[in-house]
Amino acid sequence: MLNLELLLPELTLATSAIAVILLDLFLQRKGGLVVVSIAGVVVAAGFTIAMWGGSSQAIFNNMLAVDNFALFFKLLFLSIAFLVILASADYVTKFSGFQGEYYALVLLSALGMMLMATTAELISIYVALELASISLYALAGFLKDPKSTEASLKYLLLGAVASAVLLFGMALVFGFTGKTQLGEIAHAIQALSLSGVLASPGLILGMVLIVAGFGFKIAAIPFHMWVPDVYEGAPTPITAYLSVASKAAGFAVILRVFYSAFGLPSWLSLDWGLIFAVLSAIGMTLGNIIAIPQTNIKRMLGYSSIAQAGYLMVGLATVGFSPVADILGRSGLLFFLASYALTNLGAFIAIIAISGKLDSDLISDYSGMGRRAPLLALALTLCLISLIGMPPAAGFMAKFYIFSGAVKHGLLWLVVVAVINSVISAYYYLRVVKVMWLGEPASKTRVSSSGAVRLALSISCLGVLLLGIIPGYIMKLAELAAKMFIF
Amino acid sequence: MEFNYLSWIIFLPAGGAILIAFLPGLSGRAIKWLAAIFTLASLALSIFLFANFDRSLGAIQFEEKLSWIPAINAYYHLGVDGLSLPLVILMTLLGFLVVLISWKIDLRPREYFAWLLLLEASILGVFCSLDLLLFFLFWEIEVIPMYFLISIWGTGRREYSAIKYVVYTLFGSAMMLAGILSLYFTTGSLNMVEIAQGGLGMIQSMMPAVAIFLLLLIGFAVKLPVFPLHTWLPDAHTDAPTAVSVVLAGALLKMGGYGMLRICVSIFPAVAQQYAVILVILAVVNVLYGAAVTLRQNDLKRLIAYSSISHMGYVLLGIFALGQVSLVGATLQMFSHGVITGLLFAMAGLVMHNAGERDLGKLGGLARQMPVIAVIFSVAGVASLGLPTTSGFAAEFLVFVGSYSSTVVSGIQLYTILGVLGIVITAGYILWMLQRVFYGQVLERFKKAYDADILERVYMFIFVAVIMLVGIYPAVLTDVIKIGIMPIMGLLGG
Repeated sequence: MLNLELLLPELTLATSAIAVILLDLFLQRKGGLVVVSIAGVVVAAGFTIAMWGGSSQAIFNNMLAVDNFALFFKLLFLSIAFLVILASADYVTKFSGFQGEYYALVLLSALGMMLMATTAELISIYVALELASISLYALAGFLKDPKSTEASLKYLLLGAVASAVLLFGMALVFGFTGKTQLGEIAHAIQALSLSGVLASPGLILGMVLIVAGFGFKIAAIPFHMWVPDVYEGAPTPITAYLSVASKAAGFAVILRVFYSAFGLPSWLSLDWGLIFAVLSAIGMTLGNIIAIPQTNIKRMLGYSSIAQAGYLMVGLATVGFSPVADILGRSGLLFFLASYALTNLGAFIAIIAISGKLDSDLISDYSGMGRRAPLLALALTLCLISLIGMPPAAGFMAKFYIFSGAVKHGLLWLVVVAVINSVISAYYYLRVVKVMWLGEPASKTRVSSSGAVRLALSISCLGVLLLGIIPGYIMKLAELAAKMFIF
Repeated sequence: MEFNYLSWIIFLPAGGAILIAFLPGLSGRAIKWLAAIFTLASLALSIFLFANFDRSLGAIQFEEKLSWIPAINAYYHLGVDGLSLPLVILMTLLGFLVVLISWKIDLRPREYFAWLLLLEASILGVFCSLDLLLFFLFWEIEVIPMYFLISIWGTGRREYSAIKYVVYTLFGSAMMLAGILSLYFTTGSLNMVEIAQGGLGMIQSMMPAVAIFLLLLIGFAVKLPVFPLHTWLPDAHTDAPTAVSVVLAGALLKMGGYGMLRICVSIFPAVAQQYAVILVILAVVNVLYGAAVTLRQNDLKRLIAYSSISHMGYVLLGIFALGQVSLVGATLQMFSHGVITGLLFAMAGLVMHNAGERDLGKLGGLARQMPVIAVIFSVAGVASLGLPTTSGFAAEFLVFVGSYSSTVVSGIQLYTILGVLGIVITAGYILWMLQRVFYGQVLERFKKAYDADILERVYMFIFVAVIMLVGIYPAVLTDVIKIGIMPIMGLLGG
């Protein structure tokens, strides 16, 4: 049985991507493209919501898993795509052409990410990952100026290396287990004895290589070299997209692969849990420290996203350290991803609005923005406070939730490193706040913003506050999603 | 449905802040009136609460409990007992008075009053929360308004002081967060009262209670502040605008003392007893070191700031002497210091504003130009050094008597006597300061200095009335405080 209806969200997205490209040929006023893309996203989201809560199903010979976990991420990617498309509405006028391609690529990469969250089989994971990535490589270079081109090229080259490493890791795992389907890999591994695995460390090597390959997607140190340059050079809406969606997709895949395939026996999960704990501690510390001297706000947020990946990996480490039945690590990770997505998107949308008018990404040029654009500055302030992890913003609840799991499973040392890191990060986030509210404005002219950007910004800021003050509902969703894993 | 007093008390100022921030077209005057009305309403409610507090009942009263985040068992849980009620009154009182003190602020008044009211709301939230997560949430919110208030409306090296304050506070609360998480996972609850009553058995089984105790203590010690974590305080106080110094010294420091009592001592009585000696010694260091450094200050506000460190030492001494009387004394000292130092800062602000000078070496002879300020400043000064009939006397007397007779810490008598020595130094620096500011030769350059206006006299009068009331009839507060201390004594097994 084909069960194509279970793929309705993906099919809708693919259709609307093609529709956008075709329409681009005929439409004179490109505003219609936004409408079509948004409509595609909304319809796909509608299908996803309708499928929520139903029984989990595996389709295509167990290659795809339509469970709550996948649906949670699909909804997350669709929301991100929705906000990014809204925020791009003005920005695209900077491009010399190819607006249709821009939207289509955004949609296609969202499609790739949705498939990444759904796949439960190594080869289709790789294909989905490439679909998401190749669209993003192209999008990063859309500005066609030297920096943007450099960003695109750098992203492509390093991304290709990471893919190769990933593929090699997958090949090793396949070599040892003879399977590519995650559930079957898990069975094969559980049949092995500890001494058998230790005698031939190829399986461990494969696992480590897979960590490295995915580490590139989530911007974990030491696979982060591309991040600052690509963040700085890419069109800002794409930077926003990269920083949240691509990272979330990476975490979705890691969670599914490591939890499903390598979750048992527990000595194995403790092994990779420790790898992630160490990567996490190094990532947040270096990310935060290098972010301090940055002068370009996009670059600063680049390093900040490396640090945030560190906090997120606390969740992965928790999953490794906790018994399979305990969902706290997983649900903490999902909630953190949702709150991080809203927060970082909010920050980038505010930057799109402000930098678009200033024509500069330098933090010093944000001087006096509190008086030139009080609401934009307030929104950016809220998002930065959320990134520090202070209440009443979402970032606080997210950290509380994800760290609570870590403390529960004996990772208090990692939590102490993480909370000290939050203090370090306050320094550079607040520097932007300081410049905006204490600095003298360079000119008296107000900085205005368009309706679409304001809508996108309001949605993300409301979300940040909502998740920060009454997070119960989203936590419940995250718990349900974390429970419903079929592979 | 019952009237939710505590929610109203907290959210009136918060609502006022939002109104002031977002209501378009408000004039500076309208903003000040709005701020005054909202804080006064909150004050009135808290006085009503005080009047209706059942003094025959030892438990938490005016409790509100709503499920907030089911996933982590967190509740929106408010309530006051004898311990927190005086501090709530203190904050609402200061909250109203600082609006009056800020009446002359004309720089960006909209943001200023919005932040000020938000600050009040968050501090009130800390004192009313019975859920650890909610407590921590309010605790953290307070940092943001403080940052803006110091860095925009402050003086001197204000940006440096503001970020120093933030980094210290966040460091403290980071430790506290780790402590709260550990507490949550060893007990499975975020309810302070429940955890305190549940005993330590469960905690000990999973990780050493001492570690959790220390993590939490560091968070509170930064705020109180306890030597050697105090260095943020002189900077923040000195560079903050007058009204913010009043809130900072008056109410914010008390969050530290309150937290120690409510969480460290109540939840870890055995650990507290075990480590009391170290903390008592730190308290004495606080008192003597703070007083000694105060003597050397030449800046009017910096002097009062350092005197706060010394006075907070008495709070620490009273808390970790762990006797019933000393605990009551410590709580009363928190209230009393809040009012007295609030008045001292307000008067220092007036002197600085009306004479245009804050360097003690250059001030002098101002009693001629500003007689009212001179008298009130002197009243606040003698209250600070603990003259009978002022609240300072009642509080410090209780702390000393209680500590001296406490049986928990060995050698407490010696420490108490060393602490009493602090009073002597206090008398020295207070009187010397008053002399340098108000007496001596009338100086030509202050010919244009002027006295307090009507509004300023009004708030001075309120401050003095409260100081005298508590000084002459301390039972008005100690009756309530005793009820709050009883359960803690029960936990301490004494």
